[in-house]
Amino acid sequence: MTAGDDLAIDVTGLQKRFGALHAVKDFSIQVRRGQICGFLGPNGSGKTTTIRMLCGLMKPDAGSGHCLGYDIVKQSAAIKRETGYMTQKFSFYEDLSIRENLSFVARMYGVKKRRAAVDAMLERLGLTARARQLAGTLSGGWKQRLALAACMLHEPKLLLLDEPTAGVDPKARREFWDQIHQLAHDGLTVLVSTHYMDEAERCNQIVYLSMGQLLARGTVREIVETSGLTTWHVTTAAPIDLAQALRKEHGIDMVAAFGNTLHVSGADPIALDRAIAPYLRDSGARWDKAEPELEDAFIALMQRSTPNVGVGAN
Amino acid sequence: MLLRFWAVLVKEFVQMKRDRLTFAMMIGVPILQLILFGYAINGDPKRLPTVLVTSEASQYARSFAAALSNTGYFQILPDPVSAARADEMLALGKVQFAITLPPDFARKIDRGEHPQVLVQADATDPGATGNALAALAAVANTALGHDLVGAQAPAGGAAAPFEVRVQRLYNPEGKSQYNIVPGLIGTILTMTMVIMTSLGMTRERERGTMENLLAMPVRPAEVMMAKIVPYIFVGYVQVAVVVTVARTLFGVPMVGSMVLLSVVLIAFIAANLSVGFTFSTIAGNQLQAMQMAFFFFLPSILLSGFIFPYRGMPQWAQTIGEVLPLTHFLRIVRGIMLKGQVWTEVAPELYPLLYFMGGTMVIALLRYRRTLD
Repeated sequence: MTAGDDLAIDVTGLQKRFGALHAVKDFSIQVRRGQICGFLGPNGSGKTTTIRMLCGLMKPDAGSGHCLGYDIVKQSAAIKRETGYMTQKFSFYEDLSIRENLSFVARMYGVKKRRAAVDAMLERLGLTARARQLAGTLSGGWKQRLALAACMLHEPKLLLLDEPTAGVDPKARREFWDQIHQLAHDGLTVLVSTHYMDEAERCNQIVYLSMGQLLARGTVREIVETSGLTTWHVTTAAPIDLAQALRKEHGIDMVAAFGNTLHVSGADPIALDRAIAPYLRDSGARWDKAEPELEDAFIALMQRSTPNVGVGAN
Repeated sequence: MLLRFWAVLVKEFVQMKRDRLTFAMMIGVPILQLILFGYAINGDPKRLPTVLVTSEASQYARSFAAALSNTGYFQILPDPVSAARADEMLALGKVQFAITLPPDFARKIDRGEHPQVLVQADATDPGATGNALAALAAVANTALGHDLVGAQAPAGGAAAPFEVRVQRLYNPEGKSQYNIVPGLIGTILTMTMVIMTSLGMTRERERGTMENLLAMPVRPAEVMMAKIVPYIFVGYVQVAVVVTVARTLFGVPMVGSMVLLSVVLIAFIAANLSVGFTFSTIAGNQLQAMQMAFFFFLPSILLSGFIFPYRGMPQWAQTIGEVLPLTHFLRIVRGIMLKGQVWTEVAPELYPLLYFMGGTMVIALLRYRRTLD
């Protein structure tokens, strides 16, 4: 990772405060062109603020960098022209139809052959049949499609998607992600924030934010590996009782119930082994050593909440 | 039942407390009304500017002028002017009255010829001149009382030594519709233009579409112009309706040029729209925008001379009125419709309008935020 030209996003030291709240602290990230970068982190961790700073909607208090080769502070107009931003909350005109909304966006970006471009986009996202429907009357999934259609209309080089699949059913989510992969394949860079682990696993690179701070970044594998977790899966008839007992043990950092199976993890393998040793003899439960999952890794990260655990390189 | 009532009640108070601006307006509007109605408005205007047209400086002329001043209704300008200049001053609205003493005024009185004094009143606003004219009639009988000697001395119940002939210019029948209806053009425009545009940006913000708008490569001036232009058309339709109704139902004349009025309208409409746009960049929600529009509308109606005579207001109120676009537009629209004013006569009132428009547009553009912070 050397040539700056290869980077769609390259920012360092971004800071943003809202009064007493330090929303984003010293945030740096590099994303190569054609990559899908997942933004994860709890609510209020600074994901939206970071995305807004990247596309010129907010001015960082400190820090600098480039998006698509343009300075994020001085050249935000140029960034806006080549970026598609999908807001977390639906932000198109509810009293306009799907087609009218798309036509409006196309005009704003000066899209050539507007009518044809709008028709093609309607077709591509399966919106043709509903083109005349008012956006306000669409259900969540359809609104999401309209928003995606609108932010791709001007053929951006960078897509910033802020929780695009929140409240969308699994089938629509899968279709949405198929689209995203197709776009990345075509050379688009995509930065997408999400709360879903399955979506995170579909990204080339993951960035984990908490309290405005970058906690981890890398591929799914890298993040899981560097979390240093050892995980056991325990299947038992009385998972809740067992979980309560296990949580009291020293050396066990995390116990999470998935139906009748508990995920038991610890950062220190020796301490973990010592802690679970008495329970292994319990005939009512079956213990299996397992690969830690991304979610386990994140929860561990949050619990430790050690700032700036740089995980691998991208 | 009481508990649920209480729950909603508490919530309402909390929400009221959160929306500081709305709360401030709820207190501010009554205070504004009190001040405007209590101090600024006066239905009985005094000290109306009056110019004398006379060639002589006789004792009678001086006494007559002094008597007029003493009624409190007339403020006699120190220098008499020519008849032509007096007509001009009336047409431009610089004076309310022009009083012409005939040549040889003093000699005719001495001879008992009962000379005629011509009083020309700018009657576009009948309310402004009514009381003054009533006072004038009384003055004619008593003004020269002390000066007259011998045969002309008033001997109980004798006719006045001179005759006063009143000419109500521009509105001979003294119809208040002539004054109100053209004024309505300005008032209706002020109300709708300011409210509609003040909702413009606030609606974008309230519905969450602002973020999207800001994320697109569009300049503030482009957004502002695009949001203003549609209402210029709306404004013209409104004016067409009011003018048509004014002529057919109330017989309000259209003495001047419709074309000139149309041209001036652009400036007035744009001035109001930029006020509305400025409000919409300040207000946090549509309710606040409405309240701000009302806060602007109230002094516009009360201090512009729309209902209450401008000259009846104290100096500070006139100064505020002088800033408001409606004040100048009212003079223009009444000037064109009733007096047949031409371009050169309208121009002095047009400049303040343009300054106001320019000023508010600059504020609006400075206030418009390109970013979300």
